[in-house]
Amino acid sequence: MGERQSAEHRAENTGQKTQGAEKKPKATRDAYGDTLLELGRKRPEIVALDADLSGSTKTSKFAKEFPDRFFNMGIAEQDMVGTAAGLALAGKIPFASTFAVFETGRAWDQIRLTVCYSNTNVKLVATHGGITVGEDGASHQALEDVALMRALPNMTVIVPADATETTAVIKAVADFKGPVYVRLGRAKVPYIMPDDYSFTPGKAYIFSIGKDVNIIANGIMVGIARDAAAALAHDGIDAGVINMATVKPLDEEALFAAAKGSGLIVTAEEHSVIGGLGSAVTEYLSENCPVTIKRIGINDSFGCSGNAGELMKFHGLTADDIVSLVKKSLKK
Amino acid sequence: MTVTAKSKITDIQELNTIAKNVRLTILHMLNQAGSGHTGGSLSAVDVAVAIYFSKMQYNPKDPLWKDRDRFILSKGHAAPLLYSIMAEAGYFPKEEVASLRTIESPFQGHPCCKRLPGIEVSTGSLGQGLSVANGIALGLRLDNNPARVYCIMGDGEIQEGQVWEAAMTAAHYKIDNLCAVVDNNGLQIDGPVETVMGIAPIHDKWAAFGWHVIDVDGHDMEQIVNALNEADTIKGKPTILIANTTKGKGVSFFEGKVEYHGVAPSDDEYERALKEINNG
Repeated sequence: MGERQSAEHRAENTGQKTQGAEKKPKATRDAYGDTLLELGRKRPEIVALDADLSGSTKTSKFAKEFPDRFFNMGIAEQDMVGTAAGLALAGKIPFASTFAVFETGRAWDQIRLTVCYSNTNVKLVATHGGITVGEDGASHQALEDVALMRALPNMTVIVPADATETTAVIKAVADFKGPVYVRLGRAKVPYIMPDDYSFTPGKAYIFSIGKDVNIIANGIMVGIARDAAAALAHDGIDAGVINMATVKPLDEEALFAAAKGSGLIVTAEEHSVIGGLGSAVTEYLSENCPVTIKRIGINDSFGCSGNAGELMKFHGLTADDIVSLVKKSLKK
Repeated sequence: MTVTAKSKITDIQELNTIAKNVRLTILHMLNQAGSGHTGGSLSAVDVAVAIYFSKMQYNPKDPLWKDRDRFILSKGHAAPLLYSIMAEAGYFPKEEVASLRTIESPFQGHPCCKRLPGIEVSTGSLGQGLSVANGIALGLRLDNNPARVYCIMGDGEIQEGQVWEAAMTAAHYKIDNLCAVVDNNGLQIDGPVETVMGIAPIHDKWAAFGWHVIDVDGHDMEQIVNALNEADTIKGKPTILIANTTKGKGVSFFEGKVEYHGVAPSDDEYERALKEINNG
């Protein structure tokens, strides 16, 4: 419900042409399942692996049509990642999926050695990133996964904002040679990106550059950042929004444009403020174009059970939270 | 089809001679490096030689030849063994391995596939090779490629849980283009395997996981070759050789000594070891 209200709110109040806003919200994991199936029909070298969560990650759609190219590994994430590396070494393009917390945490050393160090062409597409996992609670809410993946050499890390971007990302990473981590969500999210959007790894999407503040967001926070920017505009504050879907490598050019555009940068992510987008942006800008940076994210804590929308409020990840942080920061 | 001239050797004496040369190269590079894993490199020599020279097809001039048989050294600390074998097979001149464990050397402390073509996957963190071997074997099967996959693990290594995940996978997916080996030398860094964390009964465990299990004397070349030939004929399930070996095999004062797990031969030890192997 929270997501739908948010979509309506945006449609009423942004005043910007949110393409496809009339379309019903769709979870990024659903877009993944559809796109993987579509790619599978065209490209026989694509194979998929899952660790007993194919119904949730939506690899089940691929599995149903291509049972010979789908490998359910059971509840064994470490083996799944190693097997995926082997399939890549045999010339396949493996998409290995499970929940983000298990994919990146349980199998981190396997990802490090056989995917990143060995530089194998493995696509790790995890779902259930962030607190919008909801009721299952902290054990299932990955809030550190981007940090874990970003620290690994050779890894590309992508957090799509909506179904449109997810489709574009999955198609792009199938063509991209090398290890990729894609973080998807459980919850339905409104359409944010233009229908004709195309994705290039490492290239941010700039909605606008603001003169007072620029909000750099990814995942579910992109739409929320746009809501915040619209609310700020009402109060005469010029806020830009950048969708930094690729956390690694960062689009340095876009960051530079944002920092040159305004003296205040706000990052927004559904992830710990430690090691994710906020950290990455802060690291780059503090060394190359120092400006004031404020981070919105999970403040070094675990999540808890609850409705996704309520959890976003509880953890301070709403448009109102961004608006008040911006106003407070501009006053100083 | 390109095949190395040295592949498919069936003469046991010839294989034993290669094993002797491989042991000499291992000791040489470890002595040059001044550090590295002596015991576990020497224990697996005979099995690895049998795999590389009596069974596998590959082309050192084209290491990524798509129809090659694959070898994965899951016990990556035995890297000197892999380098010696690859030198013997003609991937690079034997003299080059003296750069073992130095900056920018293709001969890293543990195998690195990005620095040395011919190594299938980087290893060193134990317990991971069998999963990768399974994946390669599944990929080959999807392509109807008859190439086979070999994977050597240590006995201490099978304490890693991932090994048993992979053991289930190989049986579940009936991966019969795979032959694994446990180098059962009985010792790990902290002491005897059975003292540190018992793995017995090894044979029964693998059998219970759905594998065809063959016990061999891991230093009897004829037994090893016969077992590898038998593995070729097993359909519908994976095969594993339990190779009963001696850590440090070939050098009397290294044999069965846990102290030489991760210690390279000194100059004096190296001279004495050379004499023993050359006279042996």
